[in-house]
Amino acid sequence: MKVTILQFPGTNCEYDTQNAFKSLGAETEILWHKSESVPSDTDLLVVAGGFSYGDYLRSGAIAKFSPVMKAVTKYANNGGKVLGICNGFQVLTEAGLLPGALKRNESLHFLSKHHNLKVINNDNIFLEKLNNGDVVNVPIAHHDGNYYIDEKGLKELYANNQILLKYCDESGNEKNPNGSVDAIAGVCNKEKNVFGLMPHPERAMEKILGSDDGIKMLQGFLEA
Amino acid sequence: MMKAVVNVFLKAGVLDSQGKAVHHALESLHFSNVSNVRVGKQIIFSLDEKDEKKAMADVTKMCEELLANTVIEDYTIELVK
Repeated sequence: MKVTILQFPGTNCEYDTQNAFKSLGAETEILWHKSESVPSDTDLLVVAGGFSYGDYLRSGAIAKFSPVMKAVTKYANNGGKVLGICNGFQVLTEAGLLPGALKRNESLHFLSKHHNLKVINNDNIFLEKLNNGDVVNVPIAHHDGNYYIDEKGLKELYANNQILLKYCDESGNEKNPNGSVDAIAGVCNKEKNVFGLMPHPERAMEKILGSDDGIKMLQGFLEA
Repeated sequence: MMKAVVNVFLKAGVLDSQGKAVHHALESLHFSNVSNVRVGKQIIFSLDEKDEKKAMADVTKMCEELLANTVIEDYTIELVK
């Protein structure tokens, strides 16, 4: 199992992500954004979190024009598995690989804390280790995590089971930290090979650091 | 040479939290006659182009591809000779 992790100028979660997948036994490679191809032995491509290009203009807006993104789009369109975490989610929506967009948090504050998430659809490789309705505790750390999609798009997300996770309290009741439409924390594409979420499962790998719920999430990719 | 002025704002139906915060701040300064505050961004640049039609087509393409995210934002273009 080989996990390739993208690195743009300003990415800062690539080593956490690498460490997380290594701890699960995967082979990893960090890929600089100037690369014009994705390594052919890649089983999962991760667009890691951070602040690519300083979030200038909009989060993820400049990164989508990096040389590597053409290869990423091709990889995804051929059925390759892609996971975008935080800024990676923003990059994937900007690139049109995932529906919707991420706006400034409703409170206008940068949020950095642990948050509970409810599994909404587990019929995909990402969350298959979990049950629908399960609550996981994972850190969030974002300024632009306010997921927006228009009504038509939202209906499609529900119809195709594309909503992965929603923000909730510890009992699973909806609790919205950032103003996201229907408290959505993560979505996938219709084909269910491209995944994006604002929370950081790679930062929830050890109980001593607050939670190891990320293990069950990321493991789904490794056994697929 | 002409100058392009691009204004980008969140679409009418999309909640503008920054506009709301600015509105509240104006109210706290006792400007009770303010409503519909929207915060956007302005992008200004020179364009080495004489043909206004071509310039408009180019800047429109720039907006669609980069300057605005049309999922959440609208844009206006002004060309100044």
